[in-house]
Amino acid sequence: MGRQFLPAAAGLALLALAALLPALAGRPGGRALLSWTLLVLLYIALAQSWNVLGGFSGQVNLGHAAFFGLGAMTVRLLWTRGTPLGAALAAGTALAAIMGLVIGAPALRLRGPYFAIGTLAVAEILRITAGNVLPDIAALPPQLLAAYTLAPRYYLALALAALTTAVAAWIATSRFGRGLVAVREDEDVAESIGVNAYGHTLLAFVLSAALAGAAGGGFAYYHVGFYPSFAFSPLWTFDPLLIVYLGGVGTVTGPIVGAVVFLALREALALRLGELHLLIFGVLFIAIVLALPGGIVQAVRDALVRPGTVGTTREVTPAS
Amino acid sequence: MLNVAHGELIMLGGYAAFWLFTLWHLDPFASVLPAGGLLFVVGIILYRVLFSRLLHASDETKIKNSILIGFGLALVLQTVAIAAWTGDERAVTTAYAGAVLRAGGIVVPLARLGGLAAAFVIVMLLHVFLHHTYPGRAIRATADDVDAASLAGIPVPTVFLLAFGLGSALAGAAGTLAAVTDTVSPSIGLAWTLKALIVVVLGGLGSVAGAFAAGLGLGVAESVSGVLLGNAYREVMGLVLFLAVLALRPRGVFARG
Repeated sequence: MGRQFLPAAAGLALLALAALLPALAGRPGGRALLSWTLLVLLYIALAQSWNVLGGFSGQVNLGHAAFFGLGAMTVRLLWTRGTPLGAALAAGTALAAIMGLVIGAPALRLRGPYFAIGTLAVAEILRITAGNVLPDIAALPPQLLAAYTLAPRYYLALALAALTTAVAAWIATSRFGRGLVAVREDEDVAESIGVNAYGHTLLAFVLSAALAGAAGGGFAYYHVGFYPSFAFSPLWTFDPLLIVYLGGVGTVTGPIVGAVVFLALREALALRLGELHLLIFGVLFIAIVLALPGGIVQAVRDALVRPGTVGTTREVTPAS
Repeated sequence: MLNVAHGELIMLGGYAAFWLFTLWHLDPFASVLPAGGLLFVVGIILYRVLFSRLLHASDETKIKNSILIGFGLALVLQTVAIAAWTGDERAVTTAYAGAVLRAGGIVVPLARLGGLAAAFVIVMLLHVFLHHTYPGRAIRATADDVDAASLAGIPVPTVFLLAFGLGSALAGAAGTLAAVTDTVSPSIGLAWTLKALIVVVLGGLGSVAGAFAAGLGLGVAESVSGVLLGNAYREVMGLVLFLAVLALRPRGVFARG
């Protein structure tokens, strides 16, 4: 029980600390810190949503941007036309979940590389179509722009990060999540002990899509002006992938650690190198996949476990 | 193994054609060979440094990690291209760029006809290589059954290296041919990767003739939908077609069982 309690307590303490941050906004540098933390929180939500499927079930979804974009587009369209934010967010999340079901049901029947390629194709279809149907920049109307403050955006991002992390924590400890991991490790064995592989991964896919849609909604509420097709850009797939692998794929804490490191690195590198910082991220990503498949979380864990003792990792170890 | 950065190699081939033409006025059709050779070397290096590390992983890990590596590689190559040559769209404007062939009421641009002819020659050469030379047969044997190929004395790691280099060289050649009729920019990679995957899946993995037929089919489907739905939706049509086929044949069109 103690081992269950400790991470939850640490999580709540972190949450309380983050909730107090807007109070510092008046201090010098406080606003910059607040908007940086807001981005960290949004990226945690997005990365965690990818992790729900990609980490725990091992299905590499290369079309995650589709669900992020759908959520962003729906929330933006409804909210700027007078729908209350909560209803718009619910609609964006629901639409992303429905699309998750529509796309996931056939896509999860695909074998080998076809799942990754198929999801990539879906995201491209939506990106091109969104760019054609909504060619104009989605700028905030003047009355909404006049009322723009950072604090509510921050709290929404915090809520999204907490929600997605709670879902990941639930998956890591629940019967459903253990079934999911069993399917990831060996589908035939999982089926033979009574786990419905297809049902498990489909539910994870829908959950992942819904959470990505919610994260997209948070982005639409936060961002002042963007082209609708930008919310479907492959970067919204690549960034969460990099964050998840950086932190530790298939772990609850990985996406949090990854998002902090990713945005700190991006801040430092983009200032000095401009666009070229993407090169470093690409190389870093490849290096992690090849050399450190468990990410930072695994590296720290290995360093903490004394050599010679049998490492008993409580959280699920990543595949490969 | 699957390289989802294949379109970025095509992009590099396109740039090779552009620079050879701009600096030395080399015709893009003539730069098929140097660009192919250059990309062969690039492919060999990429394989040696990155993909060869997956050789001994399980099948599932091999596919998954090659996809992930390719995804990162695509970002790297795009960023390098932007840094080296800016994000501008480049075009190769040959003397015969506007020339057309008229046959009855049909007008065919010569450059596109030449591209088709060159592609046809390359595909024929590939077919001959794969079916009538020792290295080609070794590639096909390894694709069929790695263990059996290894037992028969085929140097499997070398074959993988050769196949990867060959694939990259063909991407380079395709890039130069694409540069004859289309503009080149750092971001064209993903669209070409998807086109390549669509063609391979529709035509059947490892089938040269099938890929040729599927390539023609995809071109026709894109053109027809361009006329019917507007040019903006050309690529969407190809992707929808691809998804429809995948949904009906989850293991690929020509897979057994």
